[in-house]
Amino acid sequence: MKYVDEFRDSGLAKNIASKVKAEIDPLREYSFMEFCGGHTHAISRFGLIDLLPSNVSLIHGPGCPVCVLPIGRIDMAIQVALDHQGHVILCTYSDVMRIPASNGLSLQKAKARGADVRTVYSPLDALQLAIANPDREVIFLAIGFETTTPTTALTLQKAKKQGVHNFTVLCNHVLTPAAMHAIFGKNAAELVSSKVDGVIGPAHVSIIIGTTPYQAFVDQCHKPVVIAGFEPLDVMQAVQMLIKQVNAGRVVLENEFTRAVSEQGNLIAQKSMAEVFELRAEFEWRGLGSIPNSALKLNEAHKAFDAEERFKLFYKKVLDNKACECGAILRGEKRPEDCKIFGTLCTPENPIGSCMVSSEGACAAHFAYGRFRDIPITKG
Amino acid sequence: MCLAVPALIVELHADQMALVDLDGIQKLISIELVENAKVGDYVIVHVGHALAVIDPEEAAETLAIFAELKSFNESELGGTASL
Repeated sequence: MKYVDEFRDSGLAKNIASKVKAEIDPLREYSFMEFCGGHTHAISRFGLIDLLPSNVSLIHGPGCPVCVLPIGRIDMAIQVALDHQGHVILCTYSDVMRIPASNGLSLQKAKARGADVRTVYSPLDALQLAIANPDREVIFLAIGFETTTPTTALTLQKAKKQGVHNFTVLCNHVLTPAAMHAIFGKNAAELVSSKVDGVIGPAHVSIIIGTTPYQAFVDQCHKPVVIAGFEPLDVMQAVQMLIKQVNAGRVVLENEFTRAVSEQGNLIAQKSMAEVFELRAEFEWRGLGSIPNSALKLNEAHKAFDAEERFKLFYKKVLDNKACECGAILRGEKRPEDCKIFGTLCTPENPIGSCMVSSEGACAAHFAYGRFRDIPITKG
Repeated sequence: MCLAVPALIVELHADQMALVDLDGIQKLISIELVENAKVGDYVIVHVGHALAVIDPEEAAETLAIFAELKSFNESELGGTASL
């Protein structure tokens, strides 16, 4: 596949690895956070950690929308789907179906109890479903960072233009820069921010928002950022660029993913988002707590399409499972293998915590590709 | 969730829709978010929408940087390809 295969070339990856080895200072430790789940998945799947020297470590960040969605938000969707059985069709992305919620439920289990819950590939599919079922209410449970948000915005604009009044959105769109500031800003936990030397910035989020929003992060949080594509060579190159910055004592914003990311981003997408959404005063993130101005809701002009308004849905905070370390893992304080229930009680087939649900979650990625590292090598 | 794949535009359709091809799999997607997308362009597709047109020159330049590293390492290692 063009633009995929050439960015996965193993020979070139080894090349970049040898360049990294030649450049690093063996007397110091390097630690970088990959913000995105897309990077986490690539690092695990392609075994990039094995290509890097032992004094370079990568810490998983919170950039997985399935992982950071708190239980209470899934509870809202389950409640409306169960309370209005026979009337409501609840649509969402497949990753969301298995997120564990209250009372041992998930959307998948709610479906087994008779709720009409359906998986869609695109928000446009949910809109089509509403048009095809004029006597039913179709709710689209929207999640995602800025990559996904403009597609929801466009769909809402279409629904409004076409007068599809039986279509609403339960909006859980969250903002990347807000989360980055929450982890490294002045109120953040010292532990992680003191440990991390730089950040591998999002690939597809940056296509939409451009490189400009990260400048404030670099200036205020004093960490270098290199925006990188999701292919393994992109990640390797970004690590090399970060090491160069650290060695030279530079703290700047760089862009490795120039084939798709510009300074200004996608202006059509930004316009569409601005026309449909407004900032929520605050939003609860799993692991990071409540962060002001970190999520979006439908604005006044689109209130009629807001499922929270139409079905009178309210968020109620629910505590995570006590044994689950997802919170600490999302903050970069712990690794999946530090969790007592990892791989035993909590598996991709039966996830207890959200990081085990999506393939981009740190726990799911480690479960699928990294568990061999947890087994000590013995002689004989 | 932010998974997106580069696909080739093979046909333009009405209402800012386009047929894309990804290794033989074809799908109708929206190209509303990308201006002036044309047949032959590679677009990054996410949940049924093209988010960006891949810039072939920038892609080639990035690959050239990887290749530069290769020659740098080869010369450093005395021309051996023991990588």
